[in-house]
Amino acid sequence: TYCTSYHAARASSVCKQEKSINWAGLKKMAATMKNVDEIRDRVILGEFGVKNVHTTDFPGNYPGYDDTWDMQKFQKNFRIDIVHLDENTMEFDMVGIDAAIANAFRRILLAEVPTMAIEKVFIYNNTSIVQDEVLAHRLGLIPIRADPRLFEYRNTEDEGSEIDTIQLQLKIKCSRNPRASKDSSDPRELYLNHMVYSGDIKWVPIGNQADVFADSTIGPVHEDILIAQLRPGQELDIVMHCIKGIGKDHAKFSPVATASYRLLPEITLLEPVEGAKAERLKRCFSRGVIDLEDVKGQKVAKVVNSRLDTCSREVLRHDDLKNVVKLGRVRDHFIFTVESTGILPPDVLVTEAIKVLMVKCQRFVNELDSTDVE
Amino acid sequence: SLQYRSIPIPVLVQADGADEGCVTFVMHDEDHTLGNSLRYMIMKNVDVDFCGYTITHPSESKINFRIQTRGGVPATEPLRRGLNELSDVCQHVLNTFQARVNEFKVRQEQPME
Repeated sequence: TYCTSYHAARASSVCKQEKSINWAGLKKMAATMKNVDEIRDRVILGEFGVKNVHTTDFPGNYPGYDDTWDMQKFQKNFRIDIVHLDENTMEFDMVGIDAAIANAFRRILLAEVPTMAIEKVFIYNNTSIVQDEVLAHRLGLIPIRADPRLFEYRNTEDEGSEIDTIQLQLKIKCSRNPRASKDSSDPRELYLNHMVYSGDIKWVPIGNQADVFADSTIGPVHEDILIAQLRPGQELDIVMHCIKGIGKDHAKFSPVATASYRLLPEITLLEPVEGAKAERLKRCFSRGVIDLEDVKGQKVAKVVNSRLDTCSREVLRHDDLKNVVKLGRVRDHFIFTVESTGILPPDVLVTEAIKVLMVKCQRFVNELDSTDVE
Repeated sequence: SLQYRSIPIPVLVQADGADEGCVTFVMHDEDHTLGNSLRYMIMKNVDVDFCGYTITHPSESKINFRIQTRGGVPATEPLRRGLNELSDVCQHVLNTFQARVNEFKVRQEQPME
């Protein structure tokens, strides 16, 4: 085929180079080898654009490199470091994986890890000034604390049962506060129940749910989300059905407030920078990136923590500084930030996201197996 | 619609190709998430001459996933291998992640020395 002969031609030209080796040539080859590594492993931030954006380490692209998939090599180089973890947020480094796969995890976190959310709103009475459809939409977006792994997806035609539905109720009426002072003009003192919060939503267990979920508290994650404001005589009488869904269908099902990654910045000083120039260089980067060290009474710039940089590229606007630094990002070092909506802890969300990708693969392998049999 | 998650639908359709080494697979309910990660794994295979995918139309939830192989290898082979390898990668990422999270939690519980 065309492609094999092309590689054969490339390989033979490499052989010719190797035959006529001299010291200068050897040095040059080492230099080109270094350049190739840079193209493969770094994204370069230039003054007018970003270089080496795409993954190129595929078999046949680089003579002298074995780029075929190697599970042992991957397992040896792959690494995860947890930087921060609390009940709602986490930061971790995922190193030694391609952007295609890291991005799949990110996309799944946003759109394919299921949660429970309000889908059906039965409004028996709504005399507030918030229209029914606006109220229903607002209710839908309230994060509901319930483990989605314990529920099934509901069929559209189905009525809903204990295995796929959570029933919630919001029944509240505003009235005058009989104990308010005569001359008060503060609504908080004048009225009772004039602010409707998510905390007013109550869980109504269906079937065996009261026993099954006895240990867990099902209901809104936050109690202080304002849903509507009422005045005396106005009331809400609403029943809601929560179902299992994914962010792809509606953003209300997304389990994360945000999930993103950035590549680790790499800043290299190509020559010593001293004195006032060093001060200016320091101010070009985020705080903590560059430190000034005292060397024989002279201030010398040193990169101490490139991770903190926002990669603003401010330094490239200074004509005398832009050629003394190299700005890049490490292609396979992903700094993930995951912020949960509070339904599930962030580390559980990440494990669920990884499992979703595995299930996708398995689904198609099964499909291939079943078509082969036919 | 939420329906598709419960109703089984054909997920792999083999389009007409010149030979079994040049095949377009129609993968329903998929997008860049599986498309790009699977393309990366399959491109890592030396038997594969070309691998790419397109999203046919923004309002259709399916991708056309194309594989062309070298030396008469059936296109289903690198596809199956790519899917299995991607799954193995996920398993390793999952194991590593869970191990690190557990270590982190243990470290957090212990008072600083």
